Amino acid sequence: MGLNIFYHFGRYLLLLKSAFAKPEKFSMYWKETIRQMYDIGVGSLIIVFIISIFIGAVSAVQYSYQLSDSFIPKYYIGYIVRDSTIIELAPTITCLVLAGKVGSNIAAEIGGMRQKEHIDAMEIMGVNTAGYLIMPKIIAAITMIPVLVCIAAFVSISGGYMAVVIPKLLTGEEFIYGLHSFYVPYNVFMMFVKAFVFAFILTTVSCYQGYYVKGGSVELGVASTQAVVYSDILILLADYFIAMILTF
Amino acid sequence: MIRTEDIIKSFGETEVLKGISITFETGKTNLIIGSSGAGKTVLLKLLVGLFKPTAGKVWYDDIDFCNIGKKQAREIRMDVGMLFQGNALFDSMSVEENIAFPLDMFTNKTKAEKLARVNYCLERVNLDGQNSKFPSEISGGMQKRVGIARAIVLEPKYLFCDEPNSGLDPKTSMVIDELIQDITYENNITTVINTHDMNSVMEIGDNIALLHFGKLAWQGNKSEVLTSENDTLKGFIFASPFLQKLRQTAIENPK
Ligand SMILES: Nc1ncnc2c1ncn2[C@@H]1O[C@H](COP(=O)(O)OP(=O)(O)OP(=O)(O)O)[C@@H](O)[C@H]1O
Ligand SMILES: [Mg+2]
Repeated sequence: MGLNIFYHFGRYLLLLKSAFAKPEKFSMYWKETIRQMYDIGVGSLIIVFIISIFIGAVSAVQYSYQLSDSFIPKYYIGYIVRDSTIIELAPTITCLVLAGKVGSNIAAEIGGMRQKEHIDAMEIMGVNTAGYLIMPKIIAAITMIPVLVCIAAFVSISGGYMAVVIPKLLTGEEFIYGLHSFYVPYNVFMMFVKAFVFAFILTTVSCYQGYYVKGGSVELGVASTQAVVYSDILILLADYFIAMILTF
Repeated sequence: MIRTEDIIKSFGETEVLKGISITFETGKTNLIIGSSGAGKTVLLKLLVGLFKPTAGKVWYDDIDFCNIGKKQAREIRMDVGMLFQGNALFDSMSVEENIAFPLDMFTNKTKAEKLARVNYCLERVNLDGQNSKFPSEISGGMQKRVGIARAIVLEPKYLFCDEPNSGLDPKTSMVIDELIQDITYENNITTVINTHDMNSVMEIGDNIALLHFGKLAWQGNKSEVLTSENDTLKGFIFASPFLQKLRQTAIENPK
């Protein structure tokens, strides 16, 4: 088991190395990247929207509950919702969800191509399959997922606004005032670092799981599940380390 | 010319190929025959580098194919066309896109030039006009032919076909055999075909190797098949009474 981890990590690094070799034909890689950007970006909009509006709403309602009966001014709710969303909730939860949606999709797609000998067929043609199948996905993910996270943050804060202002837990002015208070641009930077790193983790882990799949449909299911589980664990680990490093 | 030198291939404990040395000649249709499970597909995949031999060597002319870098291997593979036993067509692409894929990836041809080439290849496998169908929408035999069209689209120097006519009716099967043979002779390529189709053996067997339980049991050409006294060959090819009769006639009336 212990050695197994090193084996997988080594093979993962080698796969990444071949994934970033020079493309055979730039236009083919570009076309594939655009397709992936559309799939990952536009394809995930709805789920990201739904998740983040609820996360914002729930956290706003709960903060307002925690702060009621305290001497802390109410407008702090806007401030707390803003920062918890930007620093933690938007990047982490969005990427955990995307690991489930995009990650499992990637693992199943590449794994299916492996099992149906599509990858072998491409290799025989002389295609660097690690490059052609993986690099476009990584590039698409590390550009689109930060955009999605940004949207998630915005939607989540709006969700928070609606959840506390509509039931009149505080006024819209107070909430907006809170949003403007203690604003630290560095936090937005942290959000983008997280989004970027998580996107890289979830695509590469899922590509790895799919690329080396063996057997049949049962193994494909396992690979797809493992893609999600390992991505999630690694995202949370990375979250911890990024928090340690960037807030030190 | 492709040459294998004492190829041994094991999967775990089981030794599938047990020391095989064969020469596949340029400009000829080289057949590998043998019963199901004999190791034909494994040998073909070794030839193209999808498997690494446990021991032994594969030579492309004077290049030791198993001991070259990835980049050089890719250069050789640009000259390789292969039809897989399971076709391996890209199922989310149309027939036309499948065949055009190698052109898109490796050439700078214009759209019109690519389409002309695709249509030419489709015509050669008798599938003109099927451009926009998807692999799931055509029959198994048609898929096979699309696979062949894709394998020849870049005018390969080496052509590998894993059972090109399994699942085809006798007539189409003959057309495919003739097509492969024509391409081989026209472009002077090295063709290796796995088959257990007796018609193919008799029609296009320039050079036949019989695999039996991972060993090379017999080698010869189509005219030698009928009269050979090799027991494994006799047991394999002349299994049916009809073919036994055919063999008897051939021996009694030598040309
Ligand atoms: N990836 C693999 N792992 C383990 N064993 C394998 C693998 N591929 C093939 N084998 C074994 O190698 C032997 C030869 O298989 P192969 O596919 O070469 O047969 P074949 O001659 O092509 O048969 P057929 O005519 O049915 O296609 C079989 O016993 C098979 O179990
Ligand atoms: Mg086979």
